[in-house]
Amino acid sequence: MSTVDDPRTIEFDVRTDEMLVNMGPQHPSTHGVLRLVLRTDGEIVSEVTPHLGYLHRCAEKIGENLTPRQFIPYTDRMDYLAGMNMNLGWALAIEKLMKYEPPEKGRHLRVIISEMGRIASHLVGMGAYGLDLGTFSPFLYAFRERERILDLFEEVCGARLTYSYLTVGGATADLPPGWVEKCEAFLTQLEPIIVEYHTLLTTNSIFIKRTAGIGVMSAATAIDYGTSGPVLRGSGVDHDLRRDGEEIYTAMYDGYAFEVIVEKNGHYPKDHQYPAVPKEAILGDCWHRFYVRMLEVMQSIDLVRQAIDRYSTATGNYGEPMKLNQKLPKGEVYLETEAPRGQMGFYIVSNGEAIPWRARARSSSFCNLSVTSELCRDCLIADVPAIVGSLDIVMGEIDR
Amino acid sequence: MASAINNLLDWLLTSWLLSGLGLSVSTDSAIGYVVAAFIHIALIINLVAVGALVFIWLERKISGRIQDRLGPTRVGGKFGWLQTLADGLKLITKEDLMPDGADGFLFKIAPYISFAASIAAFIAIPFAGGPYPWIAQHLNTGVFFVIAVLGLEVFGVILAGYSSASKWSLFGAMREAAQVVSYEVPLGMCAVVPVLIAGSMDMVVIGNQQAGFFTNWFIFHDPATFITFWVYFTCALASVNRAPFDLAEAESELVAGFHTEYSGLRWSFFFMAEYGSMLSVSLLASILFLGGWHGPIPIASLLGLTAENGDVAGYVGNLLGLTNVLFKGVVGVSVMIWIRWTLPRLRIDQVMATCLKYCTPIAAVMFLGAVLWQYNLPGRTFFGLLAAPPAMFSVDEGWEAPPAVTTEPAKPAMVEVRVEGLTPQQVAANQERGN
Amino acid sequence: MSEPTLVDQLKQKFGAAITGSNLENVDPWIEVAPESIVAVCKYLRDEPSLAFDYCNSVTAVDYLHTDEKKAAKSEWQPHLEVVYHLFSMQHKHSLVLKAMLTRWKDDEVGELPEIDSVAHVWRTADWHERECYDLFGIHFIGHPNLRRILCPEDWVGHPLRKDYEMPLEYHGIRGR
Repeated sequence: MSTVDDPRTIEFDVRTDEMLVNMGPQHPSTHGVLRLVLRTDGEIVSEVTPHLGYLHRCAEKIGENLTPRQFIPYTDRMDYLAGMNMNLGWALAIEKLMKYEPPEKGRHLRVIISEMGRIASHLVGMGAYGLDLGTFSPFLYAFRERERILDLFEEVCGARLTYSYLTVGGATADLPPGWVEKCEAFLTQLEPIIVEYHTLLTTNSIFIKRTAGIGVMSAATAIDYGTSGPVLRGSGVDHDLRRDGEEIYTAMYDGYAFEVIVEKNGHYPKDHQYPAVPKEAILGDCWHRFYVRMLEVMQSIDLVRQAIDRYSTATGNYGEPMKLNQKLPKGEVYLETEAPRGQMGFYIVSNGEAIPWRARARSSSFCNLSVTSELCRDCLIADVPAIVGSLDIVMGEIDR
Repeated sequence: MASAINNLLDWLLTSWLLSGLGLSVSTDSAIGYVVAAFIHIALIINLVAVGALVFIWLERKISGRIQDRLGPTRVGGKFGWLQTLADGLKLITKEDLMPDGADGFLFKIAPYISFAASIAAFIAIPFAGGPYPWIAQHLNTGVFFVIAVLGLEVFGVILAGYSSASKWSLFGAMREAAQVVSYEVPLGMCAVVPVLIAGSMDMVVIGNQQAGFFTNWFIFHDPATFITFWVYFTCALASVNRAPFDLAEAESELVAGFHTEYSGLRWSFFFMAEYGSMLSVSLLASILFLGGWHGPIPIASLLGLTAENGDVAGYVGNLLGLTNVLFKGVVGVSVMIWIRWTLPRLRIDQVMATCLKYCTPIAAVMFLGAVLWQYNLPGRTFFGLLAAPPAMFSVDEGWEAPPAVTTEPAKPAMVEVRVEGLTPQQVAANQERGN
Repeated sequence: MSEPTLVDQLKQKFGAAITGSNLENVDPWIEVAPESIVAVCKYLRDEPSLAFDYCNSVTAVDYLHTDEKKAAKSEWQPHLEVVYHLFSMQHKHSLVLKAMLTRWKDDEVGELPEIDSVAHVWRTADWHERECYDLFGIHFIGHPNLRRILCPEDWVGHPLRKDYEMPLEYHGIRGR
């Protein structure tokens, strides 16, 4: 892929019908402040070059100046649609360094919270994808349900977006009394609504026309570009860190029954309950990425239910939050967790002080986005939002 | 100018207003003509402007309800019915921005061209029929005129896209040009089907022929017209740029398409043009297919509210007709709103494929189907189950009010062409007529 | 796969290119000479028993004490480490590679240290190396498009270096 140092020189130099168009940073469908430079010939896009950094806050530098617990709020602001999962990723990485194991109750609490976070995040992913394809209503439906999750989160920690709830050593507080029942009631209500979403989007013939066979990514490409999460599984790669991750993370899901959402022999797990894969869809296209996300919502509902059962009977407490200025052991760790958008990795180097020497965040959206220029080659302008939307990126996480 | 307004005017001008001044002016004179024209223009502009106000409010309420929200609730007391007016005031006070590299003159006139084209279509749309139809200008080529003028709206959009000095606007304009020009073809073909059945392009005649119960509506005339109606509605959606065919302003792709660079009042003119066009294609649909000013049950004629029973009865009957036409138009617009808030947007190639691969061939086949139906089953309606009313055979090409309905229907000429395979009765009937 | 055997295997294959390892750390790492990083990475990717086909992350760590007292007590000389986190989709195992660089090329301040790019081994590395270049000022030789990715193109300095100082002004915006 050749890129242009100064687009303006090329524009006047080439003298053809090609046109360079800036999609973003202020554009309705770039999910924040992503800037895509499209090289177009009429409606056909021959090349897409993403430009990032409009939301860069150098969180990694901040991480080198704060203790791990002080850094928790900054992780909230990375993937701000799934703050809980970001908290968890950071907390587990520090715990891995400290060789700490949270008590049983805290473990199940973390499963409840992080899977609820996943549902909330995928709901936005689904709704915003509808927006990208020009339908507004699913977005508001998705937000209606997301609001209920945020209400639940608010009860837990007082915040609706930047939670800082799960923290190193467990959580900042236990679930309030009666919360579990409310959560179960919500899940019961959510389940039939997901079926509605399937009729509204998944099986809508225009939706299928717009997504099936668009932005097809082979499994090899997906792995080569380091994509993860639903984007990777949408290409048929059987990989989910909740099952295949490091022990400290998989231990959280120890004893839980769940299947990785990936197509095997033309079928997704439990797909008889959901709309069939349309004929036009090719494995690895936008439709499959969307569908994986929708099935993961159902998977998470199931996991939360299991976790609630375990949490209710578990003994002990929710964990002991680490002291604010506790010294870290010397060493370095890297841990990835399965956040809603993919594998969120934290790399921590400690020289034995309370403040890490280096705090690195490997963002899933960052890698997922890097595949854009590969997927958007020779597509139509309307396909660009469809493809970028199916990657479900959050710029806060990409630019950090 | 055989319109009701002119009758009213005639009376106002001659016997009351001007005679007081010692002048004698009738609507047949030049001054009368100009005064009548101004009154018509005022009425139509108000219809479009007020219509746009109502439809924008309606769109907000309907989309709100579809999306599990309330929509506007406060402005103007209940239901937020003044919300659009408040928005309008806001738009008027907004700064009128123009991009630096824009072509000033074209940029400024583009919204007015769109708006003017949208309004002009209403000139030939009748709002009530009968012998004294409520129509600004009674044209014997009304259908042709309306479709032709609606097609002009695209000029404003293309000019806006071209003159904005914005690449997104240009994309929007090019899409609009490609899309609207393509959809004119199936739209015209669909509109020709009722014309074919009515035997006239005069919208008043087309409307009058559908008098009686809803079984006489052209949509139920035969299977071909039934299908044609849906094709017409699809093409109408596309030609007025409503979702799922709103590619010219596709906000997720082209920011706002052709009106990206517009603000304030100029932007609102595009908006009014859009809603005006939505209303005019819906009214066209209601007159061509849905019986126009005739309700499903002919209450007006059952109650004797027709022109034959005096002027007052005629006026009340026409008022009922107006209500019918507007109601059907509003229902059409509401369906368009409903579709917009439900469906995702198509891609430009799919839009063109829908037009060229589906709508056009279907419309062509349906045209042929309607021809064959008319040829084989003349004088039948409601899918061939009922005998057509005599009014359906009164073909009138005149500018003047149609004469009173003849008791003996004139059979379509094409029946006479059929010589082979006539039954003895038909042969006898033919001979009788020959005598 | 166990790390000690892997270290032996790599040493056998590449000899002096494997400059060291730390197997006591929570995540054991293997140290590779910067000039042979591409060869080692290609081997790790293509050897069927290892099949590290997935690159999690490429990043760097700057080792420099800005405080002179601490620097005097420090166990290490100032240097830069490039860290590669690898994973195998097939075998589900992971590996950490490290390459040591001087902070400046030939210790001339301002001359960026150099290492071969692995962007053509794993496409993930493309953007990750750009980020490294942007934030640490490491020049990846052979990278297809080595430009700043997070900071603006005309930004001065490499923010994640320990001795980095925020510019006083950037296009009229006060820096600190």
